[in-house]
Amino acid sequence: MDVVTPRTLDEALCLKAELPQARFLQGGTDVLVELNFDRSRPPALVNLNEVAELRGWSRENGALLLGAGLTYAEAMRGALADEMPALAEASRTVGSPQIRNRGTIGGNLGTASPAGDALPPLLAEGAVVLVASVRGERRIPLDAFLVGVKRNVLEPDEIIVSVRVEPSRAPQTFMKVGPRNAMVISVCSLALHADLARGELRAAFGSAAPTVRLVSAPLDARESFPDLVAGAASPIDDVRGTAAYRRHALRVLAGRALERCLA
Amino acid sequence: MKIALTVNGECRETEAWGGESLLYVLRERLGLLGSKNACEQGECGSCSVLLDGVLVCACLVLGAQADGHVVTTVEGLADGDRLHRVQEAYVQAGAVQCGFCTPGLVVATVDLLESNPSPSDDEIREALSGNLCRCTGYAKIFDAVHRAAMS
Repeated sequence: MDVVTPRTLDEALCLKAELPQARFLQGGTDVLVELNFDRSRPPALVNLNEVAELRGWSRENGALLLGAGLTYAEAMRGALADEMPALAEASRTVGSPQIRNRGTIGGNLGTASPAGDALPPLLAEGAVVLVASVRGERRIPLDAFLVGVKRNVLEPDEIIVSVRVEPSRAPQTFMKVGPRNAMVISVCSLALHADLARGELRAAFGSAAPTVRLVSAPLDARESFPDLVAGAASPIDDVRGTAAYRRHALRVLAGRALERCLA
Repeated sequence: MKIALTVNGECRETEAWGGESLLYVLRERLGLLGSKNACEQGECGSCSVLLDGVLVCACLVLGAQADGHVVTTVEGLADGDRLHRVQEAYVQAGAVQCGFCTPGLVVATVDLLESNPSPSDDEIREALSGNLCRCTGYAKIFDAVHRAAMS
């Protein structure tokens, strides 16, 4: 198994075009588990860790560009946490300090798990995914990017470059249900934004449908909103919880989140 | 493939297979057995090391990703025969039972005290949440962290 480490985005895009079967990894927190347990043996690995263009975050005309290599630890602190508090809260619930130091937003999008913790807050903020290939760039709204359990619309020659978000600065929060605070794959999760400026409540939930899902309603629909959220879910029974429990938990989380955001 | 990295202040070079984790490289290629191999999925923290000064699970880092980087393992903490103050505190507090989780916890504690010299119990709980002790010796581990913070 070859490992190639590109130093620039251009180099990475050429590699993606040349090696469509290769597995691309950023922090490695998902891919290494597959390798360690012999669940996948890709013909080659491409290590994106050294591509400076994918790192960190920046501002662009009032919007934020979150690099695919932005770690959860970085999303938890500084000015970014002030701009996107629900994303910061969600990042704080990912794995452990060790995982948060390596796991990235781009990895969460690439893995496209319905349990991806960064996904609900990004969806509730109307995030757009920027992908690139040697053919050019595409901007794909997050709800169109994620199409199923661990499935996204990335073409074989494309790389996730960044996520563009226009922060609503709405009162917002993220909540997650699991057996303990750390090292938990969410049983279900919810990001809620009470967008007073737009007169809108937006909730995005995880682990209760094949993809994260967005629900919105006018601000004055507060009373019925928890039921609306629970009704939008299509959860399954699995080792982490039953469908009925997930639906119930989402209703409870939505109620608590509303209390927190509209207090 | 060839990997060259700085481990505990020493330049090391080794052959490795591309799919190997940093943990495998450290243990099997470089003979550094302090970092323990248990879950291989980032759940237990017993392989915790510092990569460019950042706390990571060595089992979740590709060996090749450490090429050209700086790694500190539990072996790199003591100064010759003189234990690091965190190691000393673990000994003094009796925070070691079977000892398997100890290297990872010691490295995670060193990392915690670096950024937060006098952590509260909640901050310790948070910082060490990625390290499991199957002997459940957590009370003594908390004692050790407080002891190290005061030393």
